[in-house]
Amino acid sequence: MKQDIILAGVGGQGILSIAAIIGLAALEKDLFIKQAEVHGMSQRGGSVQSHLRISSSKIASDLIPFGEADMILSVEPMESLRYPPYLSADGWIITNTTPFVNIPDYPDLDKLLAQIKSYKNVVVINADEIAKKNGSPKSSNVVLLGAASRYLEIPFENLENGIRTLFDRKGEDVVNKNLTALKAGMESILLEK
Amino acid sequence: MEKLLLLGAEAIAQGAIDAGLSGIYAYPGTPSTEITEYVQKSSLAKSRKIHSRWSVNEKTAMESALGMSYAGKRAMVCMKHVGLNVAADPFINSAITGVNGGLVITVADDPSMHSSQNEQDSRYLGKFAMIPILEPSNQQEAYDMAREGFVISEKYKTPVLIRITTRLSHSRYGVQRKDLLEENILTLPEDPKQFVLLPAIARMRYKILLNNQKNFSLDSEVSPFNKYIDAKDKSLGIVACGIAYNYLTENFPNHICNYPVVKVGQYPLPKKLINNLNSECGELLILEDGYPFVEEMLKGFFDSGKTIRGRLDGTLPRDGELNPSLVARALGFQNKEGLPIPEIVVNRPPELCGGCSHRDVYYALNEAMKTFGEKKVFSDIGCYTLGALPPFNSINSCVDMGASITMAKGAADAGLVPAVAVIGDSTFTHSGITGLLDAVNENSPVTIIISDNSAVAMTGGQESSATGKIKELCLGVGVGPEHVRVLLPLPKNHDEMVRIMKEELAYNGVSVIIAQRECIQTFPKKKKIVKE
Repeated sequence: MKQDIILAGVGGQGILSIAAIIGLAALEKDLFIKQAEVHGMSQRGGSVQSHLRISSSKIASDLIPFGEADMILSVEPMESLRYPPYLSADGWIITNTTPFVNIPDYPDLDKLLAQIKSYKNVVVINADEIAKKNGSPKSSNVVLLGAASRYLEIPFENLENGIRTLFDRKGEDVVNKNLTALKAGMESILLEK
Repeated sequence: MEKLLLLGAEAIAQGAIDAGLSGIYAYPGTPSTEITEYVQKSSLAKSRKIHSRWSVNEKTAMESALGMSYAGKRAMVCMKHVGLNVAADPFINSAITGVNGGLVITVADDPSMHSSQNEQDSRYLGKFAMIPILEPSNQQEAYDMAREGFVISEKYKTPVLIRITTRLSHSRYGVQRKDLLEENILTLPEDPKQFVLLPAIARMRYKILLNNQKNFSLDSEVSPFNKYIDAKDKSLGIVACGIAYNYLTENFPNHICNYPVVKVGQYPLPKKLINNLNSECGELLILEDGYPFVEEMLKGFFDSGKTIRGRLDGTLPRDGELNPSLVARALGFQNKEGLPIPEIVVNRPPELCGGCSHRDVYYALNEAMKTFGEKKVFSDIGCYTLGALPPFNSINSCVDMGASITMAKGAADAGLVPAVAVIGDSTFTHSGITGLLDAVNENSPVTIIISDNSAVAMTGGQESSATGKIKELCLGVGVGPEHVRVLLPLPKNHDEMVRIMKEELAYNGVSVIIAQRECIQTFPKKKKIVKE
């Protein structure tokens, strides 16, 4: 088993939390994981990405080669389109549809979504809306992870345990809100199917 | 021992702690910051009372670490690549004095300049100092090398350099811990003159360093971090340094390369291993992240006729970091390609946070400067460097820590009036104070704005040495009390800020405007800690 994932978003949107949850879940399953992330300057409202590699055998490169990512998981629609050079021919784009507009020339949202839907394997959800509906507006990143869980080769319960471990320090309420968000994200895909 | 999922930076920190570290010294700088932060958060380090508070700059950090080594204990000093320029004087001279307790300098280079003003390669400075250099290829080696670094350091009484790059520093992988060693006890150097670099003594110390060179080379030949990995196809031999080794093996099934490889993790270069590769193989390919350091050495001055491929002949790009796809191309493999980035995607550069005090400073400064003309604002390194970008376009320089004040002074000497400097609080204490003294001594017509957010913000909001001290520091250096002005940068104070800036810009001497409001990122965190 080997899965290469590009996590995409804007600094501060919580892609490192997604990476940490998947990482903890992969460790629990005794899988190898390598995860390269961006710190420093671009964290201030700029584009950020993380290369996340999961495998049942040892992993060499910290970076995913071009054309080999199985998934682009993006918490922001335009950011999902920054990484097609990494996507494999059968790879999936899974993205939130709520834009993060902090630049004057942000493109037209309808055109962006049309472009996203032109790729072969695509899942789009409004993660912000689902997060709000479920009473945890800050957890749209985890909603998105829930949606992606259908396509991850890691059991759902391990992701749940990842959330329990990651947010343990922040108290039961935060853990439960994130568990609800994860489930809501996963179910949003079931509803669509 | 337990297995941990660690960033490369964290693996070095854990390795150093487990090796019996007594103190870590550093100034924050991407991509090196996480090493020291890990020690600061480690409960083991706390229980051992390992020193881990931030230093004022890389030079004071390097010297403090050398002092701890003098007292017989193990010390590590960490910095980003350009930080080593600041610490170069004590760094180079520590190779001459030698050490007492183990001393390891960890420097994180930033090829591709993700968060830096250049992509200089610290291996050159390690070679310049003539000390052993370790370069890990993965997180486990990062851990192991932190431990081994102290062993080599105490074996030869020499400082040791560990060189990593951004990718390894900021990438996580499983790391197996080893047993925890005791710290050294306080022991003074046997020779009371070892650290006295008077010329007569320095000449003797330098001979010791020169004599050690053959030992360092012999160590490299048998180092577990340097390996000759044989293979059948000898048409090509590959030298793979540090993390480049991973990008190489990524391109082969089961990570086994078709060609013989010398994997380099310890310098000086293992001469025998490389000579073997050279005599066995047709052509050579050199893979290294950073400058063509090894490639230049192997090519030499006279062309021996051997084909050596790498960054110098265009097989690989001359600048920027390596990746597995670039290495695939260098090997002549058909690269997989994804799809292009669609045209609809626009750039999203980093920006100052909403509500950041630097924003208010730049809005006021832009208005105040309208009457004084363009291109007169020198600035510095920190979040406020983003003031160079729209919508502000407020600043005209960013060179090195502290350069805003001294460049403004030099421009004022040339007749530029007013010359303005914008500098952050932590950058001011890092390297701005000395320049301010230069300006005060000549009463130069400069206006210095210290945009004080009471944090080292760009690197993640670390504690700033300047917090609560800026005004007193400026007065102490000798700025006239009537020209040290303190502002509260808020939108509602805009008009008052513009008025005060205009007054000081019109003054024909040194003035300092301290715009003081805490970083919008660190403020809520501190409030929470107080509540808890």
